Amino acid sequence: MVKYSIFSLARNALSRHENWPEAWRSPEPKSEYDVIIIGAGGHGLATAYYLAKEHGVTNVAVIEKGYLGGGNTGRNTTIVRSNYYLEPNAHFYEKSLQLWEGLSQDLNYNVMLSQRGVLNLAHAPSEVDSFHRRGNAMRLNGIDAEFMTRDQIAQMVPLLNMSMEARYPILGGLIQRRGGIARHDAVAWGFARAADARGVDIIQNCPVTGIRREGGRVTGVDTARGFIKAKKVGIAVAGHSSHVAAMAGLRLPIESHVLQALVSEPIKPCLDTVVTSGAVHFYVSQSDKGELVMGGDLDGYNSYAQRGNLPIIQHVVAALLALFPCFSRLRMMRTWGGIMDMSMDGSPIIAKTPIGGLYINTGWCYGGFKATPGSGWVFAHTIARDEPHKLNAEFTLERFAEGKTWDEKGMGPTPNAH
Amino acid sequence: MLLIDCPWCGTRDQREFTYGGDAAVKRPADPAAVSDKEWHDYVYIRVNPRGSHVELWHHNAGCRRWFKLRRDVVTHEMQGSAPIGSELEPPLPIAGRPGKP
Repeated sequence: MVKYSIFSLARNALSRHENWPEAWRSPEPKSEYDVIIIGAGGHGLATAYYLAKEHGVTNVAVIEKGYLGGGNTGRNTTIVRSNYYLEPNAHFYEKSLQLWEGLSQDLNYNVMLSQRGVLNLAHAPSEVDSFHRRGNAMRLNGIDAEFMTRDQIAQMVPLLNMSMEARYPILGGLIQRRGGIARHDAVAWGFARAADARGVDIIQNCPVTGIRREGGRVTGVDTARGFIKAKKVGIAVAGHSSHVAAMAGLRLPIESHVLQALVSEPIKPCLDTVVTSGAVHFYVSQSDKGELVMGGDLDGYNSYAQRGNLPIIQHVVAALLALFPCFSRLRMMRTWGGIMDMSMDGSPIIAKTPIGGLYINTGWCYGGFKATPGSGWVFAHTIARDEPHKLNAEFTLERFAEGKTWDEKGMGPTPNAH
Repeated sequence: MLLIDCPWCGTRDQREFTYGGDAAVKRPADPAAVSDKEWHDYVYIRVNPRGSHVELWHHNAGCRRWFKLRRDVVTHEMQGSAPIGSELEPPLPIAGRPGKP
């Protein structure tokens, strides 16, 4: 692997950038691996990278049905944060955020992390109270959180409609200044390149069609390129987890739903914070290219379609204009949808399964992107040691049967409400 | 935009409807008689098929009645609806559908 640096950049400039090597190989699959990860999205690639880096397990393949990072890794709205209330979520996402903070150096790949702050707006006195409560819980868990008054918000985000006559007047907000955004494609590419450099085989355009088991243990996977033996198999296919887990006879506490996002035409820098509002079901940030990137809630019905419908888009745009009337003349450039594994309590599942050597990483709801490094880090630990790390010990498949759900919003087993 | 067939009101815009989840999930008739595992499966486990899915919808801005809808969750194709309590036909094989060879 050529180390990316100012020197390699200068050296390659002399040859008009025509001699850069490929960032990763496209190898033929071997007949057997110690570990196969199904799904070359951010989570799968991060898992492979940390298996090699932290656990010395390098005989690893990541098998992908399409192209690398072509699923939810490239469909999210790139927000990174750890502003959770419940302890298992708080500690897990904080570990992930800490990994984010060193990720560009660690991978030798610029993931363009921009810690511009994530601001949650409060529109009612009860919401102000609950933000104080969550902020206090975060600080007790060692995570940065700061309550902002109306005046502070008006000063920091001058484009917001701060009128008390607004349909949802802004009464205050909770900000996590270490939160922000990152470049999502770069995360997949950076993990792929770094994992490949440590010997991991990334096999693209190779759908897994079956998971073979013998005597309660996994023995390998059937793929479009034939059977590949494996001692251990990890599933990291968020959106399609139920479908892939069914290949091993498993049924999951998961429903698949579509979440849409959209971007405006690019404009000059005007919004340097991620602004979210739970009350109007909306969040927005400005990308480095100048587009406003925004989204809202799920469409609400089961879907594997990777595209949604107009009512949610209208809702998101209406919410944008309620908060930022000055954007009323912006044209929207494109919309898209990604398929979310909605779990029954809104928290992820990163765990062993009842089948020996088979592990699953699912239930990301719409929080998967920020979890990418942390998820890979604990999933690699779970696979290498055959036991969870303490950071994911609570995120089991069995927690639903045991009554130990982690329901951040208190919605109960209604996946489309988390 | 989904155009949803209400068994009573006909084809209407999705905005008039509220989603009610997987219709294949059946509440055990006698909760006290089932095992913890059966109850857990009823509350939490879903088949979540990638294809034809039978689901509950409520026509909340119309007749305000619940009904069952069969819908392909990959293509958004509508495959029939029926009142609660009656069975839905299985979807036609693709070759037999109107407009398909």
